[in-house]
Amino acid sequence: MNEWQSWPRFRYEAELDLKFPEEVASMPGGRALFACIQCGTCSGTCPLATYMDYSPRKIIAMTRAGFKEEVLHSFTIWLCASCYACAVECPRKIKITDFMAELKQRAIQEGVDPKRFPVAVLAREFFEAVRKRGRSTESRLVLRLYAKTNPLKILSQARLGLRLLRAGRFSLRAESVKDRQQIDQLLRAVDAAKATAFVDKLAREVRREVARA
Amino acid sequence: MKYLYYPGCSLKGTNRAYEESVLASFKALNIEIEELEDWNCCGATAYMSIDEMKSFALAARNLALAERQGPDSPTLMAPCSGCYLVLSKTQHYLEEYSEVSRTIDSALQAARLSYARKVQVRHPLDILINEIGLQSIAQKVRQPLKGLKVACYYGCQIVRPYAAFDDQVNPTTMDRLMRALGAETVEWPLKTRCCGGSLMGTLPEVGVPLSYILLKEALKRGADVVATACPLCQFNLECYQDKMSKRFKEHLELPVVYFTQLLGLALEVPERQLGLHRLLIPLTLPTARGGARAYA
Repeated sequence: MNEWQSWPRFRYEAELDLKFPEEVASMPGGRALFACIQCGTCSGTCPLATYMDYSPRKIIAMTRAGFKEEVLHSFTIWLCASCYACAVECPRKIKITDFMAELKQRAIQEGVDPKRFPVAVLAREFFEAVRKRGRSTESRLVLRLYAKTNPLKILSQARLGLRLLRAGRFSLRAESVKDRQQIDQLLRAVDAAKATAFVDKLAREVRREVARA
Repeated sequence: MKYLYYPGCSLKGTNRAYEESVLASFKALNIEIEELEDWNCCGATAYMSIDEMKSFALAARNLALAERQGPDSPTLMAPCSGCYLVLSKTQHYLEEYSEVSRTIDSALQAARLSYARKVQVRHPLDILINEIGLQSIAQKVRQPLKGLKVACYYGCQIVRPYAAFDDQVNPTTMDRLMRALGAETVEWPLKTRCCGGSLMGTLPEVGVPLSYILLKEALKRGADVVATACPLCQFNLECYQDKMSKRFKEHLELPVVYFTQLLGLALEVPERQLGLHRLLIPLTLPTARGGARAYA
């Protein structure tokens, strides 16, 4: 089938996830999402907009309308380079860059982040390296990225690698903090605090329901 | 006044010339700095994409360590734009959102740390211009950068989103510093446009054109060199010129240095101490005697 024949794709209102906008807006400062006037300044400012499947303005409109699946599956959220140009220009002061980060987190939680897309792979590898050692080592990170996405790329980058090596800018020695245990305790405590907050929220909702009944 | 220095991962790795030139030029200006002990990665933008609260926790550990190590109300200097942004953002969120503040305090406590919100996070440009002052720097210049045309590249994250020390749309601190060193600065409207950041590594088909546009505009405006304030910007703009040349079928060769390397040169710091030998594209300086001198 030709690509144009599969377009447009219909989406029925009954299929939308109307809780999605509320969930996303629960991020710090997230209520501003509902203040968006769809002016498109974000898309006009974004240096990556031409490469995106949906422009930033559309992502906001679709989030508000409950197009959860499309939004979380989009490449747009992974193309954001966090340059904050949109956030600064937005007339309604929406933290669009942080909003993109929130959507990335949700895509990962739902397990729908693109598994071999380099941007997502790099973020995950970086996350793991810092969790384990407290610091990241660029050269090792890049090698892991290529190994997991496109091993042949190591060859095309060999020349640059050699030049960096000669300039004393390439070392495979893994950097690490001294107190790795402290990093571990810190990150685990965030998980614990989040779990507590989640249980508290649930308990509040249950109490509210009980009171209503 | 002593400043605490937060290097971040990049300044210890591929971009160590930034660290070398910051340390050497600050020493030449008699500014005392001390590295933050056992600092950890700021988390960069990658952590925000995976778990924002953990990104705040990582940054907060560094702030807590700074309070423990430094003088009362210490200043933490972060030369890397990514680190500067994450540390500043964490401070904003700790102040604005009580939920973030509570979670981070309890996480710090679990790791035997505490943070009393007394640290000030500043970029070296901010310290140079607003604390040391251009006049005092100009007095110490021993080898003015006469005839050198510099395109000052601020990149995105030192002015956006918080713009604590310079204008968000048209920052001028680096331009003023370069002029105080005797260099000329070129008008260059792309000074805060994104270089592609980590997309250069992940999606070069997207990153390469973003950086290419910046260099091309700088060349069209007569720049001899691009001065940067961020390790990732420097890496992208310098190390990928081969790929840009290949993709856009034209030979591109424009030196890209750290603003601190130019500062050090003007202060007559020996070039090896400034990491100039680590450049892939050598910097040529028109000297006062009229002949050119190459570094790298």
